[in-house]
Amino acid sequence: MASAEPVAERAEETKASEPETPPPAPAWARKDLVDTDVLSSAEMDLILETAEAMTEVRARPMSRVATLRGTTVVTLFYEQSTRTRASFELAAKALGADVVNIASSSSSVEKGESLIDTVRTLEAIGADLLVLRHPSSGAATLASRHTGASVINAGDGMHAHPTQALLDLYTMRRHLDDLRGAKVVIVGDILHSRVARSNIWALRAAGARVVLCGPATLLPRSFSDALESEPCETSTDLDGAIADADVVMALRIQRERQEQGFLPSLREYVQRYQVTEERLATAQPGVLVMHPGPMNEGIEVAPDVVRGLRSVVEEQVANGVAVRMAILYLLATARPR
Amino acid sequence: MTTLLIRGGRVIDPSTGLDAQADLLVADGAVREIGEGLSADSAAVVDATSCVVVPGLVDLHAHLREPGFEQKGTIATETEAALRGGFTTVCAMPNTEPPPDSAPAVESLLERVSRDARVRVLPVGCTTAGRAGKRLAEIGELATAGCVAISDDGSPIADGGLMRSALTLAGALGLALAEHCDDPALSRAGVMHEGAVSERLGLRGQPAAAEDAAIARNLALCELTGSRLHVMHLTTAGGLDLVKRAKERGLPVTCEVTPSHLFLTDRAVAGNSEGPAYDTNAKINPPLRTEADRRALLAGVNDGTIDAIATDHAPHAPAEKLQEFDAAPFGISCAETALASVLTLVARGELELAAAIRALTEGPSRAFALADRLPGIGTLAIDVASDITVFDPLETWTVDPAHFASKGRNTPLEGTELTGRVRAIVVAGELRHATEAVGA
Repeated sequence: MASAEPVAERAEETKASEPETPPPAPAWARKDLVDTDVLSSAEMDLILETAEAMTEVRARPMSRVATLRGTTVVTLFYEQSTRTRASFELAAKALGADVVNIASSSSSVEKGESLIDTVRTLEAIGADLLVLRHPSSGAATLASRHTGASVINAGDGMHAHPTQALLDLYTMRRHLDDLRGAKVVIVGDILHSRVARSNIWALRAAGARVVLCGPATLLPRSFSDALESEPCETSTDLDGAIADADVVMALRIQRERQEQGFLPSLREYVQRYQVTEERLATAQPGVLVMHPGPMNEGIEVAPDVVRGLRSVVEEQVANGVAVRMAILYLLATARPR
Repeated sequence: MTTLLIRGGRVIDPSTGLDAQADLLVADGAVREIGEGLSADSAAVVDATSCVVVPGLVDLHAHLREPGFEQKGTIATETEAALRGGFTTVCAMPNTEPPPDSAPAVESLLERVSRDARVRVLPVGCTTAGRAGKRLAEIGELATAGCVAISDDGSPIADGGLMRSALTLAGALGLALAEHCDDPALSRAGVMHEGAVSERLGLRGQPAAAEDAAIARNLALCELTGSRLHVMHLTTAGGLDLVKRAKERGLPVTCEVTPSHLFLTDRAVAGNSEGPAYDTNAKINPPLRTEADRRALLAGVNDGTIDAIATDHAPHAPAEKLQEFDAAPFGISCAETALASVLTLVARGELELAAAIRALTEGPSRAFALADRLPGIGTLAIDVASDITVFDPLETWTVDPAHFASKGRNTPLEGTELTGRVRAIVVAGELRHATEAVGA
């Protein structure tokens, strides 16, 4: 280190001591990232290639760069979150951005401020990128239309969770040569899952064969008809669905589904839909077991499978930071200066 | 009193079977003559060339918001909207604060109406106290005070026993019970129609079965009591089929449909943008349904199974709709686009003009037996009728809610080109609204 600056992790120094870190100026033109459904495969490739570069950055001993110095990232979370919020914060800081974290329980939201007023206020105080988590489907769309800040959807109701889908896609690509024709089984509460939805659009664009599996009450009846595309395959039989699978992605089951009358019991769910070693026997030998978290211990995936060789659950979390760095970077550099 | 000559239009009155090119003379507060080549000294003349002349339109279902929700609309603004939309009579739904569940509340409402209303306003009283669905309102007193029907508006009566009693009492008084047919245990907290679009958007859906099941129960109670049931804003093909079969069996049931459900489907929520729009202006209860439902409803108007096209005009303040889809209130500001969207469907060949006019005039008048109280509603009968609507069926215009008289700018039709425009409105024998200067 040539610099004598006292704060070792200051971004400028990283810049001075490392070669040009980010990839060249990208062909990214979108202001917001609301869902994967509008992304072309070229745009998805761009995100994933950029994430590769970010993974390299993160592997360096000095893993911070100054690319987004002067950029303010605000995380605005109307729902509890550990991994997504922390992942975005780490990603933004790793790129040298200023980060402000706001949770609805400690903000003016509690005083009745509307979502639109909140995002406009944050824009007025200098937010460039707004990372929004909200319990209502469509909230990110609403926010994006009423602010000049770039909105990144970190999960809106049951609608979309595009950064999760992109990190899942990234994780799959690191293990599978080609996703075209790969069989991806998503098992669990498909009906209420934003993770499933965003994954479906991303995986289908990548050419994968998606099979949705779960209790009949938690499966959509007519998924993707609204997109004028072929409906996804659905199945209530995990043993059958899992045969020859290249990827098995288990979703979190919300315990309130039992009180809401969707499930007789968690016990029955485990019996019929838990991802176990025994069930994985008919899958492809190199099958990947994934879970977006947070996981209910011993419910969606058998404990030995979670800790087993086929599980890439922890890798998903780690990849999440690189993928979010890529998304923050692409959106920030596409902003008018 | 002025004398008015409406000259050169096509006069259609389903109540008398009239459909002819004719002039129409209004004098001393009523229609006096319909025929060719009429003239009258000193009459003001409305040139109705290329226009259609019909009885003043009757809306069975409008939310005037006053008292209690004046930020959304007032009797003055919303009846002005009705007037410009071609309606001369509106039935005011009871979801106000306080609600009209007692004679004093109805009297207070009628006082405001006599002061501010631009068209005839007929109050619909509550079925249950406070519209809470727990105990019956004093329905006899409401009838005496002037209510033309009873309804708990958007709050379906879940208790079948209470519904039976309400029907029995209302029937004995000659009042229709207008019901929002919905089984809340099935529709849960749904914010749109349950189907491909709701699943795609991740919005909680109300299945069509929630409406069908409630219609089936209420028809069974209609049969049990022999009392008049009015199914409000019917939206499903299944529900329509139930009503049709009940009518064939002779049950005293009537039903209405909204222009929104005739014109739009659940896809309006997703919109035409690149990603789903989550258009809260298309959030309405019961929800916009599928294309198959819409086609069934059009057929129901054309074959007369559906008695009335009612607006369910529901103005909201702009900020109320500028929220998350889950949080935004249900409702469309419809008064000023209702006739034009119906006439657009006529121009497209989806609705028959005579059937549509019947459903906007004679049909609703009969459903609530309005002519028993106010002779002349929904007809052009000589010496009785005094309300007239004149419209150009072919003039096109583009919906711009900024120009609405209603306080509610909440329409999913912003920017849509519609066919058909109101030209002149006569209320109680007086020209109350005209888009062009009237000659002498």
